[in-house]
Amino acid sequence: MAVLDYMLQQNWLWPLVCAVVIVAVLPLLAGYVVLMERKVMADMQARLGPMRVGPHGLLQPIADALKLLIKEDIIPQKADAVIFWLAPLLSVTAAMLAYSALAFGPAFQIAELNIGLLFIVAVSAMGVYGIVLGGWASNSHYSLLGALRSTAQVISYETAAGMALISGVMLAGSLSTRQIMDAQTSAGFWFVLLNPIGFFIYLVASIAETNRAPFDMPEAESELVAGYMTEYSGFRWAIYFLAEYANMIVVAGIATTLFLGGWARPFASIAALNFLDYIPGVVLLGVAGYCFYRAPKQPVAAQKITLALFGGLCLLLAVILSGAAAAPQQYQAAREGILGGAWFLAKVGAYLYSFMWFRFTFPRFRFDQLMKLGWYFLIPLSIVNVIAIGGGLILEKEMGWGRFMALLPANVFTLAVAWFLVRNSLAQEKTVAAGLAGEAEG
Amino acid sequence: MIPTSHYLFLSLALFTIGVIGVVTRRNVIIILMSIELILNAVNINLVAFAHHWGNVDGQVFAIFVITDAAAEAAVGLGIIIAFFRNRETLLADEMDLLKW
Amino acid sequence: MLDLGLFYFFGALAVVGAVLTVLARNVVHSAVYLITSLLATAGIFLLLKAQFLFAVQIILYVGGIMVLFIFVIMLVNLEVALHQLRFNRQKWVAGLLVLALAVQLGIAISGGSDTFGLGMNSSGRLSPENTEQVGQRLFGQYMVPFEVASILLLVAMIGAVVMGKKRI
Repeated sequence: MAVLDYMLQQNWLWPLVCAVVIVAVLPLLAGYVVLMERKVMADMQARLGPMRVGPHGLLQPIADALKLLIKEDIIPQKADAVIFWLAPLLSVTAAMLAYSALAFGPAFQIAELNIGLLFIVAVSAMGVYGIVLGGWASNSHYSLLGALRSTAQVISYETAAGMALISGVMLAGSLSTRQIMDAQTSAGFWFVLLNPIGFFIYLVASIAETNRAPFDMPEAESELVAGYMTEYSGFRWAIYFLAEYANMIVVAGIATTLFLGGWARPFASIAALNFLDYIPGVVLLGVAGYCFYRAPKQPVAAQKITLALFGGLCLLLAVILSGAAAAPQQYQAAREGILGGAWFLAKVGAYLYSFMWFRFTFPRFRFDQLMKLGWYFLIPLSIVNVIAIGGGLILEKEMGWGRFMALLPANVFTLAVAWFLVRNSLAQEKTVAAGLAGEAEG
Repeated sequence: MIPTSHYLFLSLALFTIGVIGVVTRRNVIIILMSIELILNAVNINLVAFAHHWGNVDGQVFAIFVITDAAAEAAVGLGIIIAFFRNRETLLADEMDLLKW
Repeated sequence: MLDLGLFYFFGALAVVGAVLTVLARNVVHSAVYLITSLLATAGIFLLLKAQFLFAVQIILYVGGIMVLFIFVIMLVNLEVALHQLRFNRQKWVAGLLVLALAVQLGIAISGGSDTFGLGMNSSGRLSPENTEQVGQRLFGQYMVPFEVASILLLVAMIGAVVMGKKRI
């Protein structure tokens, strides 16, 4: 390992390697997240999803990417050419820059900034320009309206998301991703257990930030054609799409780091629960077993082979992870790296799955309902959450309670305020509808 | 290391360009943007001196300047929108309702 | 060495962005150039070891104020503005006077640089925990200006909403 040590000492080399890996893997990963979404959508709609291109549709993203690359590049006639060209780049640059401060594993981080979380929020705020400049440069009414709506939505929910992040940072005491994770592992509780309402606010706000359903009015096809992306075709549209999915993975990474404990396993500080290290290996073993069980029942030979291969891959990964979990102390760095990567991916995958679940479950919000939810419910709730968490921390410091017990009254208070807000601020729709129904009858 | 006077000259350059924008351009929105340039130049000045003397008071003042810039931009743009609705013009030369 | 190179890069970007802001004919282009200039200024802040201010500049200025500007530009978009005169009638006199002011300030800076030791390297006493220090100052010594600034923001919010209404 002397070579590895020497390389790690050049403090530009490892970040460069991480950056290259991320930039190279990300488009492919985003493509496969799209495939995962289509498969999940199909599963929830009781059908199969893409199955034609490659076995089980596994080559679908590659086919899509090839198609988008060779499509004709159309620029509207009166569009502002420079800004038309610049807008998708702004979106994808903002999305990709945020990866530089995220910690995917103990060693796999490009830059350990001591303002890490603030840097990610700042860079994500730059993504707004890709939307608004793209919509304006297209010189089309639908694009401009979609862009303005989308921008208004993003900046409205940015405040709520930032406040939710502030409540998490108050618990951690630092903005750096490494120290936030250390605060969670040393305290034993993930912040989602200490601050569940903050997690909920961040979940909802991040869905609105990334323009996902049920908050996807600006890009819904039945509403505004495709919003700000209407006039973009071929590779430019692919860049916007990549930016959207990269953004999704970034917000999942932020939520994982701040609320779900990052790359640490649950209860990382309690040595008695070390058997939890084996969970990734056992789960993958279960998945491998299911693949081998279903493989003979597939109708087509190619699908049988693919499932068997996939089962074999899962088995291999399960062996690696279990081996890592069982490794003796001297291989601690490699062990933490492998297990940490697995846990981080699992948590990000769960968060993304919940995004997809919400997309195919809830109907779309109308734009004024969306803004009302943001301004009348989420922002007051997030402010009250910050105050309550601050009060809980004072209780912990002054009266010496344990952290979980001290934050319990804070969470109950915030929950009461949330109920109050839902009853008063969001319930006006019912009154209007009831009034109209009364008029119709009478 | 960079001497502080370099930062001060940069701040001076941005300030000058901002003031030229304010006194020269006709479009009111560009005038507001030049005011933002001026405030930005002042921020560089403040932070350079904070770095020079080694305490963060300059940075705190710069935060207040940014806050004020936000407030002023919001109200200024609101006024521009209100005026535009009435008079359909964005040129400072044509906003002469109070002249005799 | 790298410091100086970065300073010249960000400085040049800021000045070029500012010049193009003032000179551009299309207002949206002007806004994009201003965004560039503000980002370069954020880089300058980072060079001056003001990490918190770097993030705040991007979040507030670039991600807030300039979005507001671009919204308003798009709402009052005038096609005819592209064919009007850019500069007003007093441009030469005004420009001359501003340049005179700049020369005076330049003389003041270079003349005073010996008094304050501006030509030397800085004392370098800023620590990496910039955010903590700024927070302690902001909520400790400068608590009253902080509260006044929050009231100012509230007033500005009310003012902007009233100004934007169609019928008051």
